Amino acid sequence: MKIAVCVKQVPEGDSRIDPGTKRLDRGGEGALNAFDANAVEEALRLKDSTGEGEVVLLSLGPAKAQDALRKALAMGADRAVLISDDAAAGSDLVATSYALAKALERESADVILFGQQAGDSDGAVLWAAVADRLRLPVVSQAAEITHAGGKLTVKRQTEFGYDVIEAPLPAVVAVSDAINEPRYPSLKGIMGAKSKPQETVTLSDLRVEADRAGEQGSRTEVYALNDPPARADSKKIDDDGNAAQVIFDFLAEKRLV
Amino acid sequence: MSTLVFLEHHGDELLKGSLGVLAKAATLGGGDVAGVVVGSGVRTLADGAGKFGAAKVYVADDAQLEAPLPQPRVDVIARLVRDTGIDTILFGNSVLTADVAAGLAARLDAGINWDLVDLVQEDGKLVGKRPALQDSVYVDVGWTSEPRIALFRSGSFDPNETGGSAEVEDVAVELEDFSSAARMVDQAHEESEGPSIEDAPVIVAGGRGLGGPENFTLVEELAKALGGAVGATRAVVDAGWYPYATQVGQTGKTVAPKLYIACGISGAIQHKVGMQSSGVIVAINKDTNAPIFEFSDLGVVGDVHEVVPKLTELVKQRKSS
Ligand SMILES: Cc1cc2nc3c(=O)[nH]c(=O)nc-3n(C[C@H](O)[C@H](O)[C@H](O)COP(=O)(O)OP(=O)(O)OC[C@H]3O[C@@H](n4cnc5c(N)ncnc54)[C@H](O)[C@@H]3O)c2cc1C
Ligand SMILES: Nc1ncnc2c1ncn2[C@@H]1O[C@H](COP(=O)(O)O)[C@@H](O)[C@H]1O
Repeated sequence: MKIAVCVKQVPEGDSRIDPGTKRLDRGGEGALNAFDANAVEEALRLKDSTGEGEVVLLSLGPAKAQDALRKALAMGADRAVLISDDAAAGSDLVATSYALAKALERESADVILFGQQAGDSDGAVLWAAVADRLRLPVVSQAAEITHAGGKLTVKRQTEFGYDVIEAPLPAVVAVSDAINEPRYPSLKGIMGAKSKPQETVTLSDLRVEADRAGEQGSRTEVYALNDPPARADSKKIDDDGNAAQVIFDFLAEKRLV
Repeated sequence: MSTLVFLEHHGDELLKGSLGVLAKAATLGGGDVAGVVVGSGVRTLADGAGKFGAAKVYVADDAQLEAPLPQPRVDVIARLVRDTGIDTILFGNSVLTADVAAGLAARLDAGINWDLVDLVQEDGKLVGKRPALQDSVYVDVGWTSEPRIALFRSGSFDPNETGGSAEVEDVAVELEDFSSAARMVDQAHEESEGPSIEDAPVIVAGGRGLGGPENFTLVEELAKALGGAVGATRAVVDAGWYPYATQVGQTGKTVAPKLYIACGISGAIQHKVGMQSSGVIVAINKDTNAPIFEFSDLGVVGDVHEVVPKLTELVKQRKSS
C-alpha cells in the first residue's frame, strides 16, 4: 500500500506575524508540526499492517522545511517531496490545496493522510479542500483506522459522540492527535534519514499556473494586526515546592475553598 | 450582499451555533439573508428557521443526505451558490461544517477565513476578526473575490428569536460519485451517566499531561475535596482514559463553573472554547510556553504529580479543621 502524508513545518516555539508582510514569520527555527507526527506514525503502522508499500511525505514550504521532513524520514518514512518556490509564499487555503493536490496527483497514493491541525494556522480544514480537488472521499478527526478489503473504517468523535465511517480506497483521512503515540526516531533512523530521497519541486514542475499560487492564487488577505483584548490580572509562578500552598491561598482569597 | 447561512441540525433541532451565525448575518445589513438546511426529512426544520431571522430558507431534502457527511453537502451548496449568485456563505464551526466549508472553498475557488469571532462592515468592506497564534494577536482579515466563505469559532454568537416566517424553497440534489463514496456505518451517541459536569460549581480537568488513565485518581481526589466534578480533554477521551460525557470543548461540553482547574492540559483553542467563561481558571502545566497560561488567572509551571496531591491535602485539612 502506498501512503502519502501531508506534513508541515511550523515555527519552533513562539510564533509571530511579520508586521510588514503580515505573514507568519518563518525566519527562525522550524519544527515538524507536532500533530503531523501522528499522521506519519499512522502511515507507518498502515504500511506495516499490509506488509509492503511506501510512505511518502509531501509538504509545501520554504527550502529549509527539508529539515522537518528529515525528522519524519527518521521516524521511518521512505522519501519526501517538498514543493518549494518563492512564488508560493503567502498561499492561502485555496492556493495551498491546489499545489498539494497537483503534487499528490503525481503520486497516486492509496491513502493520503493529514494531521489534526497545523499548530500555526489552527485551521483543521486543509484536507477537505485537497480531497475535493482530487475528487476523493475524505474522513476527518480519525481516532482509529482499520484497513481491510480495499477500504478503510474510521472511528471519530463529533459533537454528538462517535461516528464510524467507511471509505473505499483511494481516500483522504485526517487523524486526531489521540490516534497513536508517535515513535521517537531511533539513532539508526536518524542516520538512515540522511540518505533517503528528498526531492524539491517547483510550481512549474507541477504545472501549477502562476496565477494559482502564492498571493496571486489566494482569495483571502490580511488587513491589520491588533492587540488582543486586555485581560484581567493574572499570575504565573514556577513551582519551587510551594505551589500547592500558593494555589490554596489564592483560592482562599477568592473564597473558593 | 446576499448571504447564505448553513443551518446545521441534529435530530429534529437546528443547532444553536448556526442560529447564532444567522443572527449575526441579519445584523450585517445591506441585503438578503437566507439559510440552507441539508438532510433527510428536514422540511419542518426549514420552516422553523424563519423565527430566527432567515427571510428565505433553501432546503435540500433527500434520503441520500441522511448521514451528516460533508461531501454531499458541498455538492448541494456549490450548485445553489452558482445558481443564485450568493456572494457570502457563513458557517458556525463544527466537525461537519469545517469540512463542508473547506471543500466548498476548493470547489468554488472561494476564499475561506476560519476561526472568526466577528464579522463587520468597514469602509464598504467585509472584515473578519480572527484571533490567531493562540489568540495572542487579533487579525483583521478579508476576501479578494466572491464568493466569500467564513467559518466562525463555536459559541461566537447567540441566536436571536425575532419571530417571523421564512419562504421555503427546494433545491435540486445531484451528487458527485466521489461525494457518496464515504458511508456512515454507525453513529454511537453515548448517554452520559451521573450528574452532568455542566452544573458543577467546580471542575478539575485532566489532560494528557496526567500521563495515563490511572492518574485520573489525582484529579478525582482534588475534585472530591473541592466538591466538584472531573472534566477531560478530547485527547484523553479519545485515548479511552476517561468517558466522553466529561469532555470539555468544541466537541464536548461547554462549561462555566466558578472554578476550573486544568491539570496537564495544553489549552488548545478547541478546549478553550468550552471553558473560557469559567469564573476563575487555575492551570498546572510543566511547559512554561503552554497556551493554557494565556488565559489562566493563576498559572503554575510544575508537575501535576507533585502539585495536585499536595493541593488536595491542603483542601482536605482546611475542611477538617
Ligand atoms: C475539530 C476539533 C475538535 C476538537 N474538540 C476538542 C474538544 O472538544 N475538547 C478538547 O479538549 N480538545 C478538542 N480538540 C483537540 C485539541 O485541539 C487538543 O488536541 C486537545 O485539547 C489536547 O489535549 P491535552 O491538552 O490533554 O493534550 P496535549 O495537547 O498533549 O497537552 C498535554 C499538556 O500536558 C503537559 N504536561 C505533560 N506532562 C505533565 C506533567 N507531568 N505535569 C504537568 N503538565 C504536564 C504538557 O506540557 C502539555 O501542555 C479538538 C480538535 C479538533 C481539530
Ligand atoms: N504547507 C503544508 N504542506 C503540507 N501539508 C500541510 C501544509 N499545511 C497544512 N498541512 C497539512 O494539513 C493539516 C491541517 O492543516 P490546517 O488546515 O492548516 O490546520 C496539517 O496537520 C498537515 O497535515
